[in-house]
Amino acid sequence: MPDFVIIYRLGIKELWSLARDPVMLVLITYCFTMSIYVAATAVPDSLDKVPIAMVDEDASPLSARLAAAFYRPRFNAPAHISLAEMDAGMDAGDYSFVLDIPPDFQRDVLAGRSPAVQLNVDATRMTQAFVGSAYIQQIALGEVGDFVQRYRSSTPPLVDLNLRARYNPNLEQSWFGALSEIINNVTMLAIILTGAALIREREHGTIEHLLVMPVTPAEIMLAKVWAMGLVVVVAAGFGLLVVVQGVLRVPIAGSVRLFLAGTALHLFAATTLGIFMATLARSMPQFGMLAVLILLPLQMLSGTFSPRESMPEFVQIVMLAAPTTQFVDLGQAILFRGAGLAVVWPQFLALTGIGALLFGFSLARFCKTISELA
Amino acid sequence: MTPGPEHPGLVARLVNVGLHYGKTVALQGITLEIPAAKMVGLIGPDAVGKSSLLALLAGARAVQNGTVEVLDGDMTSRRHREQVCPHIAYMPQGLGKNLYATLSVEENLQFFGRLFGHPAAERRRRIDELCRSTGLTPFLARPAGKLSGGMKQKLGLCCALIHDPDFLILDEPTTGVDPLAREQFWDLIKHIRTQRTGMSVIVATSIMDEARNFDWLVAMNAGQVMATGSPHELLTQTHCLTLDAAFIALLPEAQQQGHREVTMPPLVVAANAPLAIEAEGLTMRFGNFVAVDHVSFRIRQGEIFGFLGSNGCGKSTTMKMLTGLLPASAGRAELFGQAVNPKDLATRRRVGYMSQSFSLYAELSVRQNLVLAARLYRVREADIPVRVAAMVKQFNLAGVLDVMPDNLPLGIRQRMSLAVAMVHQPELLILDEPTSGVDPIARDTLWQLLAELSRHQRVTIFISTHFMDEGARCDRISLMNDGKVLATGVPAELVRQRGLPTLEATFISYLKDAERLDQTTVPGTVAGAKASPGPLTGTTTRANILRPRRWFSWRRALSYSRREALELRHDPLRATMALLGSILLMCIMGYGISLDVENLKYAVLDHDQTGLSQNYALNLSGSRYFTERPPLADYAALDQRMRSGELALAIEIPPNFGRDLERGHRVEIAAWVDGSMPQRAETVQGNVQGMHQGWLVDMAIHRLGQQVVSPATIETRYRYNPDVLSLPAMVPSVIPILLLMIPAMLTALSVVREKELGSIINLYVTPVTRAEFLLGKQLPYIVLGMLNFGLMTLLAITLFGVPVKGSFAALAAGALLFVMFSTGFGLFTSTFTRSQIAALFLTIIATIIPAVQFSGLMNPVSSLAGTGAFIGRIYPATYLLTITRGVFNKALGFPGLHASFWPLVLAPPVVVGLAILLLKKQET
Repeated sequence: MPDFVIIYRLGIKELWSLARDPVMLVLITYCFTMSIYVAATAVPDSLDKVPIAMVDEDASPLSARLAAAFYRPRFNAPAHISLAEMDAGMDAGDYSFVLDIPPDFQRDVLAGRSPAVQLNVDATRMTQAFVGSAYIQQIALGEVGDFVQRYRSSTPPLVDLNLRARYNPNLEQSWFGALSEIINNVTMLAIILTGAALIREREHGTIEHLLVMPVTPAEIMLAKVWAMGLVVVVAAGFGLLVVVQGVLRVPIAGSVRLFLAGTALHLFAATTLGIFMATLARSMPQFGMLAVLILLPLQMLSGTFSPRESMPEFVQIVMLAAPTTQFVDLGQAILFRGAGLAVVWPQFLALTGIGALLFGFSLARFCKTISELA
Repeated sequence: MTPGPEHPGLVARLVNVGLHYGKTVALQGITLEIPAAKMVGLIGPDAVGKSSLLALLAGARAVQNGTVEVLDGDMTSRRHREQVCPHIAYMPQGLGKNLYATLSVEENLQFFGRLFGHPAAERRRRIDELCRSTGLTPFLARPAGKLSGGMKQKLGLCCALIHDPDFLILDEPTTGVDPLAREQFWDLIKHIRTQRTGMSVIVATSIMDEARNFDWLVAMNAGQVMATGSPHELLTQTHCLTLDAAFIALLPEAQQQGHREVTMPPLVVAANAPLAIEAEGLTMRFGNFVAVDHVSFRIRQGEIFGFLGSNGCGKSTTMKMLTGLLPASAGRAELFGQAVNPKDLATRRRVGYMSQSFSLYAELSVRQNLVLAARLYRVREADIPVRVAAMVKQFNLAGVLDVMPDNLPLGIRQRMSLAVAMVHQPELLILDEPTSGVDPIARDTLWQLLAELSRHQRVTIFISTHFMDEGARCDRISLMNDGKVLATGVPAELVRQRGLPTLEATFISYLKDAERLDQTTVPGTVAGAKASPGPLTGTTTRANILRPRRWFSWRRALSYSRREALELRHDPLRATMALLGSILLMCIMGYGISLDVENLKYAVLDHDQTGLSQNYALNLSGSRYFTERPPLADYAALDQRMRSGELALAIEIPPNFGRDLERGHRVEIAAWVDGSMPQRAETVQGNVQGMHQGWLVDMAIHRLGQQVVSPATIETRYRYNPDVLSLPAMVPSVIPILLLMIPAMLTALSVVREKELGSIINLYVTPVTRAEFLLGKQLPYIVLGMLNFGLMTLLAITLFGVPVKGSFAALAAGALLFVMFSTGFGLFTSTFTRSQIAALFLTIIATIIPAVQFSGLMNPVSSLAGTGAFIGRIYPATYLLTITRGVFNKALGFPGLHASFWPLVLAPPVVVGLAILLLKKQET
C-alpha cells in the first residue's frame, strides 16, 4: 500500500527541482505561449498566394477578364507565359496551376460552341491541387457565365445547395492550429518532463539514495506522475484560457474543465510512458533519441496532422491503443465541437484502461531495472 | 618569442600565469621554472589548479594571462604549438579519458599511431613493443572500457608514448588504481626513463606519499604555488616526517585552523556484542562477469569496519547488496540478524547510506535536503526541527543552510551528505568511498566526526576507501581485489603477521599472492600484470616523426573516419537510429501526412423519403470519397453524431422535395460539414459541390429532358500524379527532410559526444588539424546517409509503389550533394553546443522547421513572402525537394533540373568551411 504522505512529499521535491531548472521552465513556457501563437498564425490557409500562370492564346476581352479574376490573397497575379514555357515552369515547380485559353475562345463561347479551357494542375502539391482546382473552376466558369449573361439570359438551377461548415464557419486555420498545438504539447511535455526527471536523478546518483530509504518504487513513480502531471495541466489550462481565448480570440466550443479532466487522465498514461522510456535509456542523449523515435509516430498518427480515416486500416487499428489517439479524439470533440461527457465517455474509459495498463507495465519494468539505475 | 638556448635545462617556464573559468579563479600569479629531464611532481588536493596547469603546458587549454613557454617556445603561438605537439604526450585525468571505451586495445593504439602518421609496419612494431613491456599483449582484443583501472592507465600511457615524446605530462595517473598496479605503473615510468634519459616527466597527484621518490615537487593550493623543491627539502623545511603532514604545514594559517590529528579512542565492544552485518558467500554476477565472488564477513555493533581496495574491485557492489539495492546472485546477507529484504522498510530506517557521488539534490538547498530526508525516513513531523538543528550543530553547517549544494566546496558537501545520512539516527552507517576527491584537512575532519559517531553514539560504521591511511584507522578491515576478500582483520595485526612496515606493503604482498594463485589456476590470463621490460625505443629514428607538416593529411582524417565507424558499430541505439530511423519515420510520414480525403462518413436526414430524394442520397454513396452511415432520424441525432466526430458531413433534404421539384419550385438542400479540421472541410465542400452539380446536370437531362449547354467547360489535367493521391506526392517530399534531420543529428552528436566524454582532448594535443578532424568524422555519416537514401528509395518503389520515373543518376547526385550538406550542417551546429542533449534539440529545430515550413513541402516557395521566402531560397532542402519531385513524379533528369543543382554544389563547402573556422583547436 503506497504511503500518500510520502508520495506528496516526493512530489513537492519534484516541483522544487523543476522550479530551479531554467531550461525546462523555458521549454514549458515556450510550449504553451509562443509555440501556440506560432502554430495559430504561421500556418497559411491552403489557398494563400497560389502561384498561377496563364497561356492566353485568345487575347480577347474575355480572356483578359479571366486573368483579372485571380488576385491576392488567394492567388498571386497570374504570370502570362507562352505555351512553350508552360512545361518548364511546371517542371521547376514555379506554378501550381496553368490555365490555357484556346484561340478563338470568346468567339466560340458567344457562338454557344462551349469551348474547353485547359487547367493544368501540379498534382504533387497535394495541399493546393484539389481545393485549388475546384476553386479556379468555379471562378472561371462564373466569369464566363457573367460575360455571357450580358448577351442572353439563362435559367438559374432549381435546386440550391446550402453548404455550411459547423464549429468553424469560416474554416479558419488558426483555430485548428492553436488547439492542435495544445493537444500535441501536452503529450510531448509530459513525456520529456517525467523522463528527464528520472534520468537526472540517475545521473546525479540521487535515485540510489532514494532507494535505500524506506520508500517503494511505486511511491517514487507516483510522485513523479502527479507532480509533472500537475505542471502540465496547469500550463495547458493557462495556454487555453489566456493564449488561445485571450490573445488569439479563438472560441472554445466545449467545457475547458472537462477537457482538463481528460488531460489529467491522459497525463497519467503519458507520464508513465516517460518513465518507461527513461528506464530504457541510459543517458539524456539516448533518451532524446528515443523520444524522437517514439513521439513523432505517436503524434503524427493520432489524428492531429491529418484525419485518421485516410490512413491505412491497420494503422488506424494499431493506433487505437495509443493514448494520444484517444486524447486527440476527446480533445477535438470537446474543444472543437463542444461535446459533453455524454459523447466522450468512451474515450475517458479507454484512457483509464490504457493508463492503468501502462502504469502496471512501467512499474514492473522500473522495479526490474532499479538495480541498473543505481 | 624567446629563443631556446636562453633557458638551458628547463623544459617549461611560466611567468605570472593566471586562468579563470567564468568567475572562478583556477590559477593566479604562477611563476615557475620546471627543470628538464627530471621527474617533477605537482602535489595538492583536488581542485587546486593542478589539472589546469598541466592542460596549459600540454597546449590543450588556451593561455589567458601570463607567459607559458614549453620546449623553448611560446605556447600562445600557433606555429610553435604545431611544431612541439608531436614531442609532447598528455594523459588527462580520469581513468582512460582520452581512450575510446568501446574500441579494443589494439584499435585504440592503431588510432593513435595513425594520428601521428606512422605507416602500418611502424605501427605494428611500436604497438608490439609497448604492449610487451607493459604486459598488455594478452588483452589486445579487449575493449578499453572493460579493462581494470590499472590496465586502462597502462593503455593510456602506451597511447601517450607511441610517438616517442620528449615531454610526458601525466594528470593523476594512479587515482583509483590498486596499490600493486600503482607500484607497477611507477616501475614502468622508471624503466622508460632509464631508456630515454632525456625525457622530462611531470605528474600531478593527490596521493602525497607517491611523490616521495620524485626528483622535484611543486606544492599547490588554491590556484597558487606554495612551495617547490625536492621532497627532502620540503620535509626539512616544515620539520615533518610525511609529505601529508608537510603539505598541511605549508597551508596558510586560516586553513589549518580547526585541524587536528585524528584521534581514535580505543574500541570497547564486548566480544559477544550482537552482529550488525553478517555476510556469507555473497556473490554478484553480471552476465559472465563476477563482480563479487563469495565474500563473507561479520561486523559487530559499534565497530568501524573498512573495505580497502581499488576502484571496481567490488566494494560498491557489496555495499549495494547489503542495502538491498542489488539482489545477490548467491549467498546470504543479514542486517541486525534479519535477512536483507528490499521490501522490508522497517530495517531501512535503521540504516544510513552515503554514496560515492554524495547523492544530494542539487536543486534543493541544504536545509531542504535535510528536511526531505527526515520526512522520507518518517521522522515524526514534530521532531524534524530538533533533528535538523542537531545535525546542523554536529556537522557545523550553520552558515550554509540556505545555499545550494553545487555552490559549496566538496568538503562541506561531504559533511552535509553525512548529515543527511544521519538525520534519522540510524544504528548503522554504510559509507561508500565518502572521502574520494577531498583534501587532507577535510578528510581528517570527516574522520573526526566518524570517531565521535562510533565511540560516543555507538553507531556501527561500514566504510569503503582506497586510501591506506584511512584503512589503518578502522577497527577491522577487509582487503579486497577482483571481487574477492584477500584478508580480514585488525589492520595492525595484518601488518604484523606479514612482517612488513606499512599497510600498503602488506596489501601489495597479499595482491601478489592472489596473482600467483591465479596464474597457477588459469595460466596466461594475468600475465598482463607481470611486465617484461624490454627495449622501448631502441631503433626509432626521430626523422620518422619530424617530417614537415602538411595542411591536410588523408591518413589522419581517415583514422578518425575508421574510428567513428567502429564506435558506431558498438553503440546499438545510435546505429539503430542511423539505419532504421529514417525507414521508420518514412513509413510514419508516408501514412501519417495523408492529405487524401477518403471514406468520409456522412448521413442523410431525409424529410421527404421519395424516389427523388433517395436518388440524391444515392448519388453521394457511389463516390469513393464518401461512406454512408445509417440515416438520421431527427435534428438531435444529427447534432449528437456530428459532435462525437462520427459524421464529417450531414445532408438534410427538406419535406416535399420531390413534389416541389417536379412542380418547378425552387428547393434548397442543406449540408453541414464538420469544420473542425479546416483543410479536410475545404476538400469535403469541394467534393459535395461537385457531386451536386453532377446530379443537377444528370437530373436535367434524364428527368426533365432539358438540354443543358454551359457556355464553356474546364478540362482539368492533373499532371504528374493523375489520381491526385497523397502517397506519390508525399513520399518523394519526405526523403529530403529525413536526409536532412537524421544525418545532421548524428554528425552533431558525434562531435559533441567527444566534448562531453573528454576525448576531444586528442584534437587539442595531437597533430590532427581541424579540417582533418571534421572531414574525417563527416565521411562515415555521408556513407550512412547514402545508405539511408538507397533504403528509402527502395522502400518508395516497393512498399509505397512510387516508381522512379526520371533519371536515377540525377536523384543520386542530388542526394549525395545534399547529404554532404546535411552532415556538414551537423558539424556546424556542433561547434556551438556543449552537451549532447542541446545538440540534439538544436539540430532538430534548425533542420525541421525550415525544411517543413519554408522549403515548399506544403506551400511553394513562390507563395512565401519576407523572411520565409528568403530562408526558402537559401535553404538547400528547397532544391533537393525540386529534384526528388522532378525525378520521382515528373520524369525529369539533369537537363530539366540543372538549375537546382548549383545551390546544392555550393552549400557543402560553405557549411563545412564555417564549421572548420568555428571549431576551436584549444579549450578556452
